[in-house]
Amino acid sequence: MRISEKWLREWVNPDISTDELAAQLTMAGLEVDAIETFGDELNGVVVGEIVKVEQHPNADKLQVCEVNVNADENLSIICGAPNARAGIKVAVATIGAVLPGDFKIKKAKLRGVASFGMLCSEKELQISEESDGIMELDASAKIGESLVKHLQLSDTVIEVDLTPNRGDCLGMRGIARDVGVLNAVDVEEVACTAVKSSIDDTFEITLEAPEACPRYVGRVIRNINLNAKTPNWMKQRLEYAGIRAIEPSVDITNYVLLELGHPMHAFDLNQLKGGINVRYANENETLTLLDGKDVKLTSDTLLIADHEKPLAIAGVMGGEHSGINRDTKDVLLEAAFFQPIALAGKARSYGLHTDASHRFERGVDYQLQVAAMERATQLLLDICGGEAGPVIDQCSKQHMPVKQPVQLRRQRISRLLGIELTDQQVEDILTRLGMQLEPADTGWQVTVPSYRFDISIEEDLIEELVRVYGYNRVPSRAPKSEMTMVKQPEHRIRKSQIRQLLVARGYQEAITYSFGEPELQQLINPDVPAIELLNPISSELSVMRTSQWPALIKAAEYNFNRQQEQVKFFETGLRFENHESGLQQIPTISGVIGGAHKGENWEGTDRPVDFYDLKGDLESLLKLTVNSDSYLFKLESHPSLHPGQSARIYKGEKAVGWIGKLHPNKKKSLGLEQDLYLFELDLNAIIKKKLPKFVELSRYPSIRRDLAIVVDEQVNVAQLIDLIRQTAGNLLKHINIFDIYRGESVGSGRKSVALAMILQHATRTLKDAEVSAIIDRTVKQLETQLGAVLRD
Amino acid sequence: MSSLESLVEDGKKAVLQATDLQALEQVKVEYLGKKGLITSQMKQLGSLPKEQRPEFGQKINVAKQSVQQALDARKEQLDQARIAEQLEKETIDVTLPGRDTALGGIHPVNRTLERIEEYFSQIGFRVEEGPEIEDDYHNFEALNIPGHHPARAMHDTFYFSESLLLRTHTSPVQIRTMEQQQPPVRIIAPGRVYRCDSDLTHTPMFHQVEGLLVDEHTSFADLKGVLDEFLKNFFEKDLDVRFRPSYFPFTEPSAEVDIQCVMCNGDGCRVCSHTGWLEILGCGMVHPNVLKSVGIDSEKYSGYAFGMGVERLTMLRYGVNDLRLFFENDLSFLKQFN
Repeated sequence: MRISEKWLREWVNPDISTDELAAQLTMAGLEVDAIETFGDELNGVVVGEIVKVEQHPNADKLQVCEVNVNADENLSIICGAPNARAGIKVAVATIGAVLPGDFKIKKAKLRGVASFGMLCSEKELQISEESDGIMELDASAKIGESLVKHLQLSDTVIEVDLTPNRGDCLGMRGIARDVGVLNAVDVEEVACTAVKSSIDDTFEITLEAPEACPRYVGRVIRNINLNAKTPNWMKQRLEYAGIRAIEPSVDITNYVLLELGHPMHAFDLNQLKGGINVRYANENETLTLLDGKDVKLTSDTLLIADHEKPLAIAGVMGGEHSGINRDTKDVLLEAAFFQPIALAGKARSYGLHTDASHRFERGVDYQLQVAAMERATQLLLDICGGEAGPVIDQCSKQHMPVKQPVQLRRQRISRLLGIELTDQQVEDILTRLGMQLEPADTGWQVTVPSYRFDISIEEDLIEELVRVYGYNRVPSRAPKSEMTMVKQPEHRIRKSQIRQLLVARGYQEAITYSFGEPELQQLINPDVPAIELLNPISSELSVMRTSQWPALIKAAEYNFNRQQEQVKFFETGLRFENHESGLQQIPTISGVIGGAHKGENWEGTDRPVDFYDLKGDLESLLKLTVNSDSYLFKLESHPSLHPGQSARIYKGEKAVGWIGKLHPNKKKSLGLEQDLYLFELDLNAIIKKKLPKFVELSRYPSIRRDLAIVVDEQVNVAQLIDLIRQTAGNLLKHINIFDIYRGESVGSGRKSVALAMILQHATRTLKDAEVSAIIDRTVKQLETQLGAVLRD
Repeated sequence: MSSLESLVEDGKKAVLQATDLQALEQVKVEYLGKKGLITSQMKQLGSLPKEQRPEFGQKINVAKQSVQQALDARKEQLDQARIAEQLEKETIDVTLPGRDTALGGIHPVNRTLERIEEYFSQIGFRVEEGPEIEDDYHNFEALNIPGHHPARAMHDTFYFSESLLLRTHTSPVQIRTMEQQQPPVRIIAPGRVYRCDSDLTHTPMFHQVEGLLVDEHTSFADLKGVLDEFLKNFFEKDLDVRFRPSYFPFTEPSAEVDIQCVMCNGDGCRVCSHTGWLEILGCGMVHPNVLKSVGIDSEKYSGYAFGMGVERLTMLRYGVNDLRLFFENDLSFLKQFN
């Protein structure tokens, strides 16, 4: 809502500056977004009088005017406007003036004759959009006075950003009322006195849907002057408010909307058939709106119709056909009350948002219709003439809102606010706000004025009290609590620990959007069903991620393209899997690495990262659980991972993640230059750690035996270790792989694995013979089960 | 000079001539070994008269000690020379960088989130999380925002269906928590939220932290106290904080909180649009309808709630001037926060 300060001060004029006024509004919940001043830009434009006009010696269409601007001498100004003539008062831009559009006025020579300024048109001064010739000022204008002063152009426009609860302030009347309350000064309400009818014409009005429109006030006004023009002051105020001036009768309804906050509508009476019927639309009815758009109406849309057709979407926008045009002589004015709930969301469902719908959805004073009608009638008669019929007030009283008194208890005020207000303070504030108070046992019964749709419970009243009292006068009380300890389960691994571990290993945390491009997701994670947004911001952000990989891959690429030699990213967040069994939102941690292992260094030991770098990081993450043995890595293929370098991660039987190298085909499709390695892990699989449980220390030495065995390439180390563990039993404390060898001596397709077995007994020294027995047993098992051969 | 004395002299000479530990060891064996030249003098002991034996034995011991001392001294000399040589050989350029210094960093938004969590957990708030794909009930209805409420227009919601949407704020976590738990409730809920809006100052996804406290005798003055304290701690500055009336359907009274601009200390600059104030969070006393929707008696209990934008706090704290940087994941940006 943009309001002219000058206009506001006609209503209520506290003795405070513009800035103070703005600060006061902001601190009362009517937040001032901007303050603009107007009129400054016309410095140097003054009132002048043309004293003499002569034909330009070298140009037929130009005249040389001698202009009196109350300076030492008259100015000689060349002008091409046909209405420039001696004796009229005009707007003179003197040398040095700057007109709108940064147009500087300088001394100029036109066809050999010097010109010392310019006579301005309204358009050049941006006072109106079109103009015919130069602006002619009132004969009483004072020569030499600044034009801004003469036309009272200077004003301040205060832009107030209103919250949806304050529909009552969507008009000058409401803002003025609040300013009056805040400053404890009187408000001068605009007079809405009854205008006597001079004709008897009425129009039939039927309220077919009284629960949605319980009141419709109409009035016929005939024979308005087609040549009437909207006065400048009204145009100015409309423009300050951001409303374009059109036709006087339309401008007047808009003006009343700004002034009283009550939307009105004007119909061309001669386009209406039979009478007005406020009803719901029939299925498949259509209407061409004022903005030229054809809409198909839905049956939950309230209409203003005549006996033949829809005329307007109630409270939203009028129809083109029945609207006012240049030839409209007879008008039907409308001021209706629509229930906010009946109009809620309707404008939006047609892709519309109008000044009227904005107000009706928030609630318009249900006792204001007749007053608005009288005010509009008066303005119309004043500006356009014409003859007014009587006010037609069609009202279904039983459907009108009834304000139930709201209970207000003293004790609730102090309890909710933490301050004590005296009865006098409470009564004073609420009374100033237009409320009626009846004393009650514990406080008051408060009746709320018809324009406040936001007050229906005790807390609403308490907010009003503190709003006017001043939020800043409420003391800040230090937080106090009952000193209960927050539960800190020791087995829980905090997300910050997981983050810190990866950070310590050189990872940078990324945050990517939770939605992405369907094609990319399809490429990377084709098998998991995704959920799509109905109204995405763009197609690139239209599907919820089923994996963090696509965005992380993009992030890696982005950085490689910016000359980073290494990328190590991780991200935590939800991924969204839309299975038939239901939508799952799975807390996930994912990562990507690529590029240099350490980066170029003085030892010359750099190399590209590989699978085991990433696996090491992941395993250290698993070690946070103090139970990393319970996680298994199994060679499995994933559509976007290299089939020979990918593993699915299991916790027991449950698959909880993936690790692997990006498939060369995907790398190719994405046009990537670097190999990338990716992991993904369900966060819930690593949020619990094992608590320490003491085991008696062995005081006896451990014994190490080394084995080198040759197996087929297909046999993986996990199989070897599993079998050794099973066979060796619980004296085996640890297995350590210390060499993997491939070469001629072991044969092609085979590899040699050298490992150390460390054995220890808890309560005695192991005997050589029993160790040898264990080793023999193990070797035999390796030979029979996995085709291993002991290497010499 | 007796032969013993000359042996000692020879021994000492040999010690000094030894140039390494091995040679020195040989000298030791030659003179002091079991069959060494000095040791073997003991054999003469038997041939001496009884009364001379102690004296001669003593002499041999003195001779041995004397050579031993020479040996020790020489050994120390050689050791020191060797160490000196080692020191010289092992001298390195200590200014070369060490190995594997890699250290990453957490995202600035999460850095801020962790700080906020830290402050509030100190005073007994528990961290709660909730789903990001929410239903209409938890995101709107239960928060006193019925269908077609004008406040819904402020939210620019992403929808999946009529009733399924991306949460527009972290407030639904309030509802989910209170559905499970009777007062006292004291939580903060950090997380991602979504609005269908994208321009210079809006990203379609951003982060919020919601706070909720419901207890007996909780007042607006308590709310002011906790936020005042938090903001001063967060910015580590004794800055001015002001509360002004605002509107949220789920709180009544509602307030918007401004802080004195941290860029210009309230003098007015581009960041604060020359007002000296920065809008930093929204808050209020929990609306009775919200308590009612989760079955909490609003006659007995009252509460406050607040919500803040994490990106905004981060931008102000570190002077970041472009919101979109947070989601570009440019390492040269992210590394500034390590």
